[in-house]
Amino acid sequence: MTGAEIIATLEAECSTKIKSTKADAIDPFVFVEPGDLVAVATVLRDHAKLKFEMLNCISGVDYLELDPKKIAKAGFEPHVEVVYHFSSFTHKHRFVVKVSLPRWKDNKPGELPEVPTLSPLFPAADWHEREAFDLVGVNFVGHPDLCRILLADDWVGHPLRKDYEFPLEYHGIRGR
Amino acid sequence: MVTASLIPQDQTIVEFDVRTDEMLVNMGPQHPSTHGVLRLVLRTDGEIISEAMPHLGYLHRCAEKIGENLLPIQFIPYTDRMDYLAGMNMNLGYSLAIEKLCNMKIPEKASVIRVIVSELNRIASHLVAMGTYGLDLGTFSPFLYAFREREMILDLFEEVCGARLTYSYLTIGGAHDDLPDGWIDHCQQFLDYFEPRIPEYHTLLTTNHIFVNRTANIGVCSKELAIQHACSGPMLRGSLNARKNDTAWDLRKIEPYSDYDKYDFKVVIPPFDMAPPEAVVGDCWHRYMVRMLEVVESIKILRQALDRYPKAAGSHRVEVPKHLAAGDAYVETECPRGQMGFYVVGSNAKGQVPLRVRARSSSMANLSLASKLCEGCLIADIPAIIGSIDIVMGEIDR
Repeated sequence: MTGAEIIATLEAECSTKIKSTKADAIDPFVFVEPGDLVAVATVLRDHAKLKFEMLNCISGVDYLELDPKKIAKAGFEPHVEVVYHFSSFTHKHRFVVKVSLPRWKDNKPGELPEVPTLSPLFPAADWHEREAFDLVGVNFVGHPDLCRILLADDWVGHPLRKDYEFPLEYHGIRGR
Repeated sequence: MVTASLIPQDQTIVEFDVRTDEMLVNMGPQHPSTHGVLRLVLRTDGEIISEAMPHLGYLHRCAEKIGENLLPIQFIPYTDRMDYLAGMNMNLGYSLAIEKLCNMKIPEKASVIRVIVSELNRIASHLVAMGTYGLDLGTFSPFLYAFREREMILDLFEEVCGARLTYSYLTIGGAHDDLPDGWIDHCQQFLDYFEPRIPEYHTLLTTNHIFVNRTANIGVCSKELAIQHACSGPMLRGSLNARKNDTAWDLRKIEPYSDYDKYDFKVVIPPFDMAPPEAVVGDCWHRYMVRMLEVVESIKILRQALDRYPKAAGSHRVEVPKHLAAGDAYVETECPRGQMGFYVVGSNAKGQVPLRVRARSSSMANLSLASKLCEGCLIADIPAIIGSIDIVMGEIDR
């Protein structure tokens, strides 16, 4: 199925849960609210025409332009996106689901934005979510063991945030 | 003969079923059979593993953070260092992602060069996988044979780009240089030399009695489990069964890139004629065998590509646009270890530098299954299972 057909099928199934769609993007995608993510992912996995059994990748993207002169040119509000890349073994097609989150929960710096976990539906999500938590700083609510995966357990901060500052030293090892 | 009087009447005096205590055993990160710096914490009951917990991150080099500060072409050398056994395939994946974002058309000649070098690299990578798998299981000689042949591939690569491990040869818009004069003949000579050597490996390893005992029916992974964990490459294909009409899942066939649809080759999935009676589909032996047969298919592709090269139209490289388009693109390619994905986000404000680079590691998805496969097996089977997954930690930790 093409991206437009997948979007049409998805809208027929759960139109209220889809915030916006973009069928003419390079990889067609839909935006969903964090609260509706699990419902939409269940439809994607179980619907006979969709059958997205594989969750290939979860990426966190921090949309933030630090240079004040370029903010207007960048053309986006600061936010964090979690991007889910699905593919279907049965039907050999792909689809993308995006969730838009505030950079910090309730605009309190340090409080991680929250999105429900997909690991009960897709075991592959387990490590990808841990990585997104570790590097981008997204809290996957309900994850069985949300701890750092690539960085050390006592590391502070989330390096793939645009405003991350590299520590001056770590256990006596000089940085910068 | 034990008389009845010697057997204690009170059964509580002698306890025969003394339980061994559970023990936590740390394996790695410097253990040679964990293929790099993988650390496994094993919960054991005697010789039986009850839980295996992988710990990652010992080779983390912030490749994704570096990627969002460099021009795409400057990031190519970093992709080499992800899966360092298949640098060409990594270069190709990142180049395709940027090209998809910029909607670039690649000349036919560049595509043919890409196919040639990435298939050669696939052979080299599978040779290492086969050789080191032998080392893991205690046989040294296949390793020497595998490296003898791999050396020749590295010589060919050295002729092409001057490097033997980190090539940075395939780049955005094509390949960095055209193939040198006479290289096609050298490559043809190598294939003529290499092809008759493959039966040697089979006699050395595939049908070796000890090797079969160590790998057959060990670490069996079902098709459903592999799909749930988004496994790919030989890990997934080793669990498929052509007799059950499973799709032969290979991105070169499913979503052809670089004109792979113009080449005649088949995707190998079990069952195999050479399979020993004790092997079952999805075990370590089948994963190993998929790699061995993929090498034969790669030779087929290479021969066609070498014929195609002199007639191929266009240049080996086209110019890269000055600005990345705002938007995002995700590309997966079939690397020796599975589907390597690159997700690139472009921004209007950053010019040619991407806003975000994300590498989806195939080994990481495959390794996430390891703890399930290791449950209930013997400690001695751990190297057999980890070796059959064929991980490269540089790619997992990035």
